[in-house]
Formats: sequence, structure tokens, C-alpha cells
Amino acid sequence: MSTLQVSVYRYNAETDSAPYMQDFEIDTHGRDLMVLNILQMLKAKDSTLVFRASCREGVCGSDGMNMNGKNGLACVTPLSEVVKNNKLVLRPLPGLPVMRDLVVDMALFYKQYERIQPYLQNENPAPAIERLQSPEERDKLDGLYECILCACCSTSCPSFWWNPDKFVGPAGLLWAYRFMADSRDTATRDRLAEIDDPFSVFRCRGIMNCVNVCPKGLNPTRAIGKIRELLMANAT
Amino acid sequence: MVTNITNLGRSGVSDWLIQRVTAIVLALYTVFIVAYMLFHPELDYATWSALFQRTWMRIFTLLAFLSIAAHAWSGLWIISTDYIKHAYARLGVQTFIIVALFVFVVWGVQVLWGA
Repeated sequence: MSTLQVSVYRYNAETDSAPYMQDFEIDTHGRDLMVLNILQMLKAKDSTLVFRASCREGVCGSDGMNMNGKNGLACVTPLSEVVKNNKLVLRPLPGLPVMRDLVVDMALFYKQYERIQPYLQNENPAPAIERLQSPEERDKLDGLYECILCACCSTSCPSFWWNPDKFVGPAGLLWAYRFMADSRDTATRDRLAEIDDPFSVFRCRGIMNCVNVCPKGLNPTRAIGKIRELLMANAT
Repeated sequence: MVTNITNLGRSGVSDWLIQRVTAIVLALYTVFIVAYMLFHPELDYATWSALFQRTWMRIFTLLAFLSIAAHAWSGLWIISTDYIKHAYARLGVQTFIIVALFVFVVWGVQVLWGA
């Protein structure tokens, strides 16, 4: 059986009164393709289908979507990993406004990212060449800097669904901790002060949906735990 | 910084810490009460009353009452902010919860020292 049943979420605000699911049959010739390959085959069948994609190798983070109920990057998700009973259901990332088909409005996601000031801040005068870091200090950034902001984690988080305007979300918090953990950054106290409220960090209830879906295998829950420890240490 | 005024501790880290500490107090109190009942299978009024005559038991119980109030305040506050999106409805529910908890604590003190 090499014909795959694909069901895709369709919505065009200009012509559709409500979203609907469109069914396709795709012949995969028995190959274990990536989900993005399937989307490109669908696009060839129906050119009105809209989705985001760019690098097609899990680096740019453009094609985050919900595949058979689980968020992930279409370009690095093989069919064998998601297809059950020969059926593939593709939906946009949950919790964000749909602009069209599989494309969501990421404005709230980026707003939370902007809030944590995702850049190095150092009050000391810059040295002549560069700010040196020991290998041990550099090791602390492993598991943090790899995040590509695909939003798979934040859009699988119920706390982010309920309060996307107030809760920073797993991706933003992972980035926040990436700068707190950096030996070249001296703004940790200011960073902590900005998120020491009942929403920004503490809406995380540790259910680890973020860890479950991260296509880069990162652990935002652990980073959030570290931020809590820093907040505790600073406030007691 | 998201400003909040009806949560228990005014800050996220204080709410979080209070919720965890009160949870430990409540767990200890529950274990104690259950163990006490298991060790006194034929518990009568006199024994039960004598237990609550002791000062340490009254302190422990009052601590448990206050812990329930604080734990419920921070927990129900979180739930109300998640699910009640209308600001005045939310404020109304939060006020009701806080007043009810106050009533229960005072009532509990009366029961505890009244017997």
C-alpha cells in the first residue's frame, strides 16, 4: 500500500467563512519521505495550498506544524515517525491565529522573545579584541543556544495557549536562560527582575509538552527550573 | 514585568515558594491525622478532644488552616486568571475566594479554641 491519505487544514479568510479539512491521496511509491516532501507534492496538485518552508533541513524553523496531533518540523519528520493507519493529518501550530492554511501569525511568540532581551548585555568596557570565555563557561550554553525559534514548544504549551500575552513560553524562557548562563552577560539581575511576576515564568506547570516536541531535542523545562533557582537565590 | 495585585505574594517567586511550603505543611498534617486515626482504631470523643487540648496540636492545626488558606488563594488565583477572561468577573470571583478563606480561618480558630 503506497497511497497515503492526507488531510490538510485549509483556511483563506478572503474566501472561506470557516476552516475545513481537505483530503488528498498521495502515492509515495513506498518511500519514507519527509512530511515536507508530501506538502510539496500537495502543492503541485493544488497550488492554492499555503505553508512556510525554507531550508528543508531543520535549521531555519519555518515549517513547524501539527502532524497527526504532534508539533514538529515537517522537513525533518519522516512519514514513518508520524503516520498511523496510513493517514496523515496536517494542521497549523495550535494556539496562534491562522493567517492562511498552515501559516500562523507568530507576532505574540516574537513579542515574548523580544521581552527577554535576546542579546548579550555587558556593562564592562569592551576589551581590545574579544571577551574570552573558558571551555567550561562555554559548555554551559550547550542545550540552550541550539534553539531555532520554530515555536513548536510554545504552541504545544497550554499555559502559552491561555496567556500568550503574559507567559513568556518555553522558547522565550530557554533563550532567557541562555543569556543568564552566559559568562559574558552581566545583566542577569535585570533579566530576572523583568520576569519575577506570577505569569512570565511561573505559569509553567512543568508538564514538559515542550520537551516532548522540541525538534532539536532541547529541554526548556530544565532551563525554566534553572531560572526559578536563580529567582529563589536572588529573592531569599 | 506583568503587574498583578490580587495574588497572594505580589511576586511570582513568593507565590511559588508559599505554595510549595504550605503543600509540605499540609502533607505532614495529613500524614499525622491519618496515622493518629490508624493508631487509635476505637477513637472516642474524650481522646479526640484531649488531642486538641494540647497547645502543640492547636498550633499545628492553626498552621494547617493558614496553609490551606494560602495554598488555596494562590492556586485558585491561578485558575481564575486562566479561565475567567472578563476582568470584573475575575475580580469578583477572586474577592469571593479571599473573603471565604478569611471566614474559614476565623471560624477554624473559633472551633479550635472553643472546644
